[in-house]
Amino acid sequence: MGDTLLKKVWERHAVRRLPSGQTQLFIGLHLVHEVTSPQAFDMLRMRGRRVAFPERTFATVDHIVPTDGQPRPFADAMAEQMMAAVERNCREFDVRLFGLGHADQGIVHVIGPELGLTQPGMTVACGDSHTATHGAFGAIAFGIGTSQVRDVLASQCLAMDPLKVRRIRIEGALTSGVTAKDVILAIINRLGVNGGVGFAYEYAGSVVGAMAMDERMTLCNMSIEGGARAGYVNPDATTFAYLKGRPFAPGGEAFDRACAWWRSLASDADARYDDDVLIDGAALRPMVTWGINPGQSAAVDERVPDPAALAGAEGESAAEALAYMGLEPGAPIEGTPIDVAFIGSCTNGRLSDLRAAAAIVQGRKVSPRVRALVVPGSQRVRRAAEREGLHEVFRAAGFEWRDAGCSMCLAMNPDRLQGRELCASSSNRNFKGRQGSPTGRTLLMSPAMVAASALAGEVVDVRRLQAEGV
Amino acid sequence: MERSGTRMTRMDGTALPLRGDDIDTDRIMPARFLRVVSFDGLEAHVFEDDRRAVAAGGRLHPFDDPAYAGATVLVVNRNFGCGSSREHAPQGLVRKGVRAVVGESFAEIFFSNATAIGLPCVSLRRADVAALQGLVEQEPGMRVSVDLAAGEVRAASHVWPASMPHAAREAFVSGTWDATALLLDNLDEVRRVADRLPYVTGF
Ligand code: SF4
Repeated sequence: MGDTLLKKVWERHAVRRLPSGQTQLFIGLHLVHEVTSPQAFDMLRMRGRRVAFPERTFATVDHIVPTDGQPRPFADAMAEQMMAAVERNCREFDVRLFGLGHADQGIVHVIGPELGLTQPGMTVACGDSHTATHGAFGAIAFGIGTSQVRDVLASQCLAMDPLKVRRIRIEGALTSGVTAKDVILAIINRLGVNGGVGFAYEYAGSVVGAMAMDERMTLCNMSIEGGARAGYVNPDATTFAYLKGRPFAPGGEAFDRACAWWRSLASDADARYDDDVLIDGAALRPMVTWGINPGQSAAVDERVPDPAALAGAEGESAAEALAYMGLEPGAPIEGTPIDVAFIGSCTNGRLSDLRAAAAIVQGRKVSPRVRALVVPGSQRVRRAAEREGLHEVFRAAGFEWRDAGCSMCLAMNPDRLQGRELCASSSNRNFKGRQGSPTGRTLLMSPAMVAASALAGEVVDVRRLQAEGV
Repeated sequence: MERSGTRMTRMDGTALPLRGDDIDTDRIMPARFLRVVSFDGLEAHVFEDDRRAVAAGGRLHPFDDPAYAGATVLVVNRNFGCGSSREHAPQGLVRKGVRAVVGESFAEIFFSNATAIGLPCVSLRRADVAALQGLVEQEPGMRVSVDLAAGEVRAASHVWPASMPHAAREAFVSGTWDATALLLDNLDEVRRVADRLPYVTGF
């Protein structure tokens, strides 16, 4: 009987079994950002501790960063204080910081992979729930809270409960207009927002095998939205090709030795899973959320559900969601008017996402009633997109072209919804108030769908535009 | 050895029922209040947007209802604390006076954050949670006892079986919920594990 990647990686990083039954797990890569780290560094100071493995710890700034080129000190005194804290902490504790103005600054889950910091077979931790993104490389990556950030800083270890593994095979081939974002939204819709509790999700099957790394990252990114603490894809030739030549990836002969080790960690063909789910990739359609959690979604050509027709608790939360969203039961999803279009975030702020969106908007105009912005996930993504002229395409269409950061994914920087604005968003959470206005509303969808909806001023099926020969 | 947490076997107090499945941490602590470098003062912002929205509708949010003032046991429903990993959410609850959370189920990161700061989250069956919420709504001053040692939640004449993952329960009952000390007492062993990893040694 073979083993899963999770088991192989877990065993190689297990320091010991703790009296509680948890495992003390060595963390190979610790990523730090400005929101969840200041209190952790303070706790370290209070206990007179140093960072145990500063060479395995990397920091960046993303959440509070203004994306419209605001110079220091920031106009927002609280943001300035946070920025100063991360700078001081990294200096004092010898942690490498890709700070503001650094050519490699960006959203933590975008820069780790693109710098080659994230590698197969690693354990990764970050004080951020979307850390599962790094699982796209065959790493086991955990989102943690600030007290655990303190623990990893001090000991490079976490106390972890064992995880079960659910394999989710997506077989067949995606049809045109259907993206990795639609796949993960469909999975969460099917398995539920808490269906993954206690599990790591292993994404497999021909659809995943055919995906590029950017797409695999989108898939793994939203594992937490399905309740799974971690999500991963087995490393393969696509993974290795992506890593080759990255600044922190092994070079020369070491790269070949690394590939052999990485390959050996992939789940064995006869590995046993705690659960197995099969999804027909060919049947998937572009997805749009209509509610206030990422599981409340439907295909773009479907209708808003009728809460009265849903059972018990599901019906109650659908009713609450529709009251908040101001959507009518039975109304078609397509045609829902939008006020804002946001393309970016750690889910969909990578170069391929921007390319897909640019292909839709090329030579067209954003609806006059829509405020539209594109926010690259990192400075590297921004520069690469500009080399291809994507920023000109977006600007000509009426999009704002911004600097790298989390931007309108959450309410910690100046990019926010106003009042009850409804936003077509390529981000990952449609919670009440998530995008900065306590009454603001979010429809999650793929970047291409956001782009198409920005042009129309309402939700449209991107396949319609594609059929027209865009 | 450093301090590793006090032993916590039983929390008694009055309760505050907070209904709803899938309550996410953006609602418990809206993101704009994360623009801080300390956890102090977060109690002021617990459920701030929900409370405003409820007040605007002319009703009282449980956290604003004087009937529940001073409550230490928060009673929630399914998948409480889903979403963002922000520890600011349980930190705000603890600073607000919450000493235990009782619910049907909890999101994993919220649960481990709460455990790490000494806030036990125990699970009851769905029907038992509903019964407890109903009881407390009828009689807000009722004493509720969250007994980790016995694995029970008690109120009035009711005794409900409560569950908690073994490791967390052990940590509270033995007073080892602050993991740092445990993780720090074998740094040599940690380095040995690191030195066996090809990516640490440079392949
Ligand atoms: S882009 Fe959004 S989800 Fe991703 S790290 Fe930033 S705030 Fe979190």
